[in-house]
Amino acid sequence: MRKIYLEPRTERSAFAPFLVSMLAVGLTIIAGSGLFLIYDKSPIAGFHAIFIEPLLSSYGIGEILLKLGPLLLIAQGLAIGFRARVWNIGAEGQLIIGAILASVVAIYFDGSTSSLLLPAMVLAGALGGMGWAGIAAWLRTRYNANEILVTFMLSSIALQILYYLVTGPLRDPQGFNFPQSITFSAAATFPILIENTRVNASLIIALVVSVVAWVFMQRSLMGYKLVVGGMAPQAARYAGFGEKRAIWLALLVGGAAAGVAGVGEVAGPLGMLQRTISPGYGFTAIIVAFLGGLHPIGIVFSSLLMALIHVGGDFARLSVGLPSAVTDIFQGLLLTFYLASSLLLTHRLRLRKSDPAFAVGAAE
Amino acid sequence: MTATIIFILAGTLAATVPLLLAAMGELVAEKSGMLNLGVEGMMAVGAAAGFVTVALTGSHALGLLIGGLAALLLSGVFAILSIFFMANQVAAGLAIGILGLGVSAGIGKNYEGTTVAPMPKLPFGSLGELPIIGPALFSHDVMVYLAIAAAFVVWFVLQRTKLGLIIRAVGESPQSAHSLGYPVALIRTACILFGGAMAGIGGAYLSTAYTPLWADGMVAGRGWIVVALVVFGTWIVPRVTLGAYLFGAISLLELSIQGLGLNVPSQLLSASPYIVTIIVLVVISRNPALIQLNSPMSLGQTYRPKG
Repeated sequence: MRKIYLEPRTERSAFAPFLVSMLAVGLTIIAGSGLFLIYDKSPIAGFHAIFIEPLLSSYGIGEILLKLGPLLLIAQGLAIGFRARVWNIGAEGQLIIGAILASVVAIYFDGSTSSLLLPAMVLAGALGGMGWAGIAAWLRTRYNANEILVTFMLSSIALQILYYLVTGPLRDPQGFNFPQSITFSAAATFPILIENTRVNASLIIALVVSVVAWVFMQRSLMGYKLVVGGMAPQAARYAGFGEKRAIWLALLVGGAAAGVAGVGEVAGPLGMLQRTISPGYGFTAIIVAFLGGLHPIGIVFSSLLMALIHVGGDFARLSVGLPSAVTDIFQGLLLTFYLASSLLLTHRLRLRKSDPAFAVGAAE
Repeated sequence: MTATIIFILAGTLAATVPLLLAAMGELVAEKSGMLNLGVEGMMAVGAAAGFVTVALTGSHALGLLIGGLAALLLSGVFAILSIFFMANQVAAGLAIGILGLGVSAGIGKNYEGTTVAPMPKLPFGSLGELPIIGPALFSHDVMVYLAIAAAFVVWFVLQRTKLGLIIRAVGESPQSAHSLGYPVALIRTACILFGGAMAGIGGAYLSTAYTPLWADGMVAGRGWIVVALVVFGTWIVPRVTLGAYLFGAISLLELSIQGLGLNVPSQLLSASPYIVTIIVLVVISRNPALIQLNSPMSLGQTYRPKG
C-alpha cells in the first residue's frame, strides 16, 4: 500500500515559494466557487467578473494600478519587519497619520506653486508614519510592551484623531460643514501618470521602494542583521546585532512606507483630507506581504493580484451582484490557504510504500 | 447623580460580559501555549451568527449556541493551521481574524440596521426594587451572572483540577508533556476550540443582548482589547476578570460623560479604551518579572513533535 508522507526538506527549494503561492490561489478559487454557489451566483461568471473584466478596459487597469501603489508600498515596508518577526499590524494608522501631516503641509502652504511642496508633503508623511510606528518601537524597546497590540491600538487612535481634525481644525471653512479639508492645489497633488486614469506618480515611489527593498534584503549586511536579529535574538545579541535596533528599524521603515502611502491617497485620487482615506490598505498589505513570501519580488506579484481582487470585487458587485463581503472573505481565505500551503516550504510530499520507518516524523 | 451611578454600575456589568467571556476563552488557549490573535474575527462571526439565529427563531439561548458554534468552527481553522500545518501563530491568528470579519459581514449582510428583542431580564421580584442595588445589580439577563460563573469555573479548572494541571504543563513545556504521554496536539486543539466558543458566545451576547441591533463591524476592537486583557491580567484568572470589568466601565465612559454634560471631544472618548489599553500594557509590561513569571513558557511557539 502506498501512502503520502511529509518529509522535512534538507535544503530550500527555489521553486517552492512560487508553488506555494500558486497553490494558495488555486485553493482559494476552489473555496471561492463554493462561496459563489452559497450566494446563488455562477462561479464562472463570478471569477470572470473578478479576474478578467478589470483587465478588459483601460479604466479597470487604471484602477488596478491605482490600488497597486499603496499595497505594494506598505507591504514592502511591513515585510522587512515581518522577516525580523516584528509584527506591525498598525500600518493603517501610520497611513492615516502620514496623510494628516502631509495634509497639514498642503493646507498651510495652500496657494503655493513651489515644486518643493509635494516633496515636502511626502517627507512629512514619511515622518508622520515613522513617528506613529516609533511610539510602538519605543514602548516595545523601553517598556517591553507588545508591539502587535500597541500598533493595533494606535491605529484605532489615529482614526479618531483624523475624525477630530476633519470635523474641526482642518475642516474647510467654506465646506458647508462637510467633514473634509480644502481641495489641494495642483502643486500639492501628484501628476497623473497615464492619461484618462487616476494613476498618479506616487506609483513610481512604490516601484522605486520595491527595488530598494530588494537591494536591502538581498544584498546588504543591514538586511541580514535584521533577519537574524528577529529570528534568533540570542544569537544576534551574541554576534553583536541588537534586537532593539532591529525593532526600531523594522517599525520605522514600515511606518515610513505606510505614511507615504497615505500621502499618495490625499495627494492622489482624493485631493483632500477626509474621513475615509483608505479602504483598509494597511490591513490588506499584511496579506500581500505574506502571500509574496515576504520577498520583495514576490510582493510585486502578490500586490498586483490583491489589487486585481480589490477592483474585481467592485466589478463583481456591479455586474454579478456579489456582496462586498466576498472580497474580504477572499482575502482571509488567501492568507489561510497560504499559511497551510507554506508547510511545503519546509517539508515535501513523498509517495512511499507503507513503511514504519518513515511513519515516524510524518505530519500528525 | 444616583441615576448616573446606577447607570454606570448596571452598564458595566452588562458591557463586561462579552469581554469577560472572550477573555476566559483566550486565557485557556494561551495557557496551553497557543496565542490566537483572531479573537476580533471570532467575536464578529459569533455576533453575526447569533444575531441571525435570534432574528429567525426568536430564541436567545439558540442564538448564543449557534454564535458559539460558528466561532468554534473558525477557531478550528486556527488550530489546523497552527498545530497541524505548523504555521506561525501570529500569522494564523491574523488570517482567521480577517476571514472572520469577512464571514461576519457576509452572514449579516441582509440584516444591517435591523433589531431583535433583547434577552429577557431575570425575575428578581422584590430584590430588584431595592434602592440603587436593585436596578444596579438585579436588573440583568442571566448571562451577566453566568459570565462571572464562567470565570470562576475557568479558575477552578485551571488551578484545582488535574485537567488544569495538564493544560498548564502543555503550555509550559509541550516537550515534557509529550514525554509524559499527554496528547499535546489534542489538548491544545481543545483549548483553542474552547477559546473560539467563548469568543463566539461573547460576540453573540453583544449583538443579541447588550446592543440587540446588527451593524457590520459592531465588535469594534473588543477582540483586541480581550487579547490585551489576558496580558494585563498576567494570565491569572481573577486579575483578568478585574481587568475586564475595568474595561467594561471604560466603554461606558463616553455615554456617562455625555450624560454629565461635560464638554470633551467625542473622538477623545472613543479613543479612550485604546489609550488606556496602551498605558496599562506599558505599566504591566515594564516589570519583566511579572510577565516572565506568569506567561506560559511556550506561548506562541510552534511545537514540532519529534518522533
